[in-house]
Amino acid sequence: MAAALAVRGLAKRYGSVEALAGVDLEVREGELVGLLGPNGAGKSTLVKIACGLVRASRGSAEICGLAAGSREARRSVGYLAELFRFPGWYSADEVLQLHQQLTASTGGANERHELLRLVGLADARGRRVEEMSKGMQQRLGVAQALIGSPPLLLLDEPTSALDPVGRRTVRELLEELRSRGISILLNSHLLSEIELVCDRVAILLRGRLVAEGSPAELARSRGVEIETDDGTRLFEGASREETPRLVGELVAAGRKVYGVRVLTSTLEETYLEAVGGETS
Amino acid sequence: MSSVLTIAGYGLREALRRKVFAVVLLLTVGFLVLFWLANHFLFQNIANISPPVGSGIDARAFAGATIFGLSMFGTLFLGVVLAIFLTLGVVRGDAERGLLQPLIVRPVGRVTLLVARWLGAVAVCAPYVGAVYVATMLITGLTGHWWPDHVVVPGVELAAAVAVVAALSLLGSVFLTSTANGIAVFMIFGAGLVAGLLGTVGHELSSHQLERAAKIAAWLLPFEALYQDGLRQLTSDTTGLTGFLLELGPFGGAYTGGNSVRLWAAAYLLLVIAVAAFGFTRRDL
Repeated sequence: MAAALAVRGLAKRYGSVEALAGVDLEVREGELVGLLGPNGAGKSTLVKIACGLVRASRGSAEICGLAAGSREARRSVGYLAELFRFPGWYSADEVLQLHQQLTASTGGANERHELLRLVGLADARGRRVEEMSKGMQQRLGVAQALIGSPPLLLLDEPTSALDPVGRRTVRELLEELRSRGISILLNSHLLSEIELVCDRVAILLRGRLVAEGSPAELARSRGVEIETDDGTRLFEGASREETPRLVGELVAAGRKVYGVRVLTSTLEETYLEAVGGETS
Repeated sequence: MSSVLTIAGYGLREALRRKVFAVVLLLTVGFLVLFWLANHFLFQNIANISPPVGSGIDARAFAGATIFGLSMFGTLFLGVVLAIFLTLGVVRGDAERGLLQPLIVRPVGRVTLLVARWLGAVAVCAPYVGAVYVATMLITGLTGHWWPDHVVVPGVELAAAVAVVAALSLLGSVFLTSTANGIAVFMIFGAGLVAGLLGTVGHELSSHQLERAAKIAAWLLPFEALYQDGLRQLTSDTTGLTGFLLELGPFGGAYTGGNSVRLWAAAYLLLVIAVAAFGFTRRDL
């Protein structure tokens, strides 16, 4: 079974700027992968190549085994751009109807109603886009990406304009979509969001993949802190598995142990370490 | 085919929703009222035009053809304004505003999208030009009792000229920002008109160089050639001194015309759309 998204040696150059410098990445079926990186790391470029908005300079990108950007591949992709807009005079229902026509979706009114309900816009069905808040438009964008039930979703900052409640709605939606077997590549700056929902995280820096793994793998151990009658001792680099041995050695040495704390770095710390504090 | 209709409908709806369409309609009403007033006073005083006895000049035909020629220019100008404003931001402008990306990622080819947007613009502009053309013809005909020698062809050529300008504007939208594209297409339009007038002057002064320059310009910008040919068609059956004098005037008609210009205009249109499509398919968004 081909991966939902398979990117190999992907490179993109805009004039003298190298946006991507040979990236390998895979999003397997039903997997939710988070893409992290500072501004200008190449995240949006990767997503744009995957959905056919940008042509790669080198390497390949495939959607379900089909060349990214081809008409067949685009049938399998739902995309929400970081910066997007729908015509203000369209109602929410009409936006979805337009995209149903363009994808030749046969879902009809039921599909539109279901998607609007899914993103919490069931009551705004007839409301014009220009009368919607930015957050509502963003949720409508997510619904639009889901038209035609694509097996792969490419979401570029889908929660950037949402309030905490809206973010939770989208987060729950992502989890539900994953449970339905939909693969998702989520490009976001919100580390907490990525940490909460993603199966795997990829960190890009200056067009290169600098870290990849599950949030738990990336949030690795920083050491073990043991509080004794002789003060608190830090065993740097020690893992959780080493704790009983360390405690045993201290006790054998005549120390009284009052507390033990396994220190792990958060995804944020791992991220900052990977990008070296770079912001743009 | 259904994708073409969907995108064309999208463009059509956008055109009708935009304020520019309402503004053009308002300007059109103003233009038609002024045109009616001009016709009213011109033909009321037609007796004051007194050509030399025995010259054979038909004052009514001369006045009617001249003022209707003027309306042809006004109709072309309004149609071009509409065409440019409806197409100047179709690619780069819409991409910068984020309107294009959600459409482009759908399984609709970029060429399909571009052609459909052009069709959508033409579906607004061509009927508009046709309506204004018929309205002005009725005003002149009913007020001054003068009718063009050919009724249909000049109107069709005017609409085709606007369709060519719409294609040029669409081509510009692939490479230029909306503002730059608008300025560029208006300047091209102006250059075409000036070249046409130079051709008339050259004909009057028997300057072969000027006539040659105007001919080259007409071939490079065939919307101008179509407009000139439309003017020519208005009085193509008018003979004698009246016809000669009309040819000398600014709305007298072309020295480049006929089927060759029409065929070239059709080929040019296809070429412009093909270049636009090629540029669009290679453009990163």
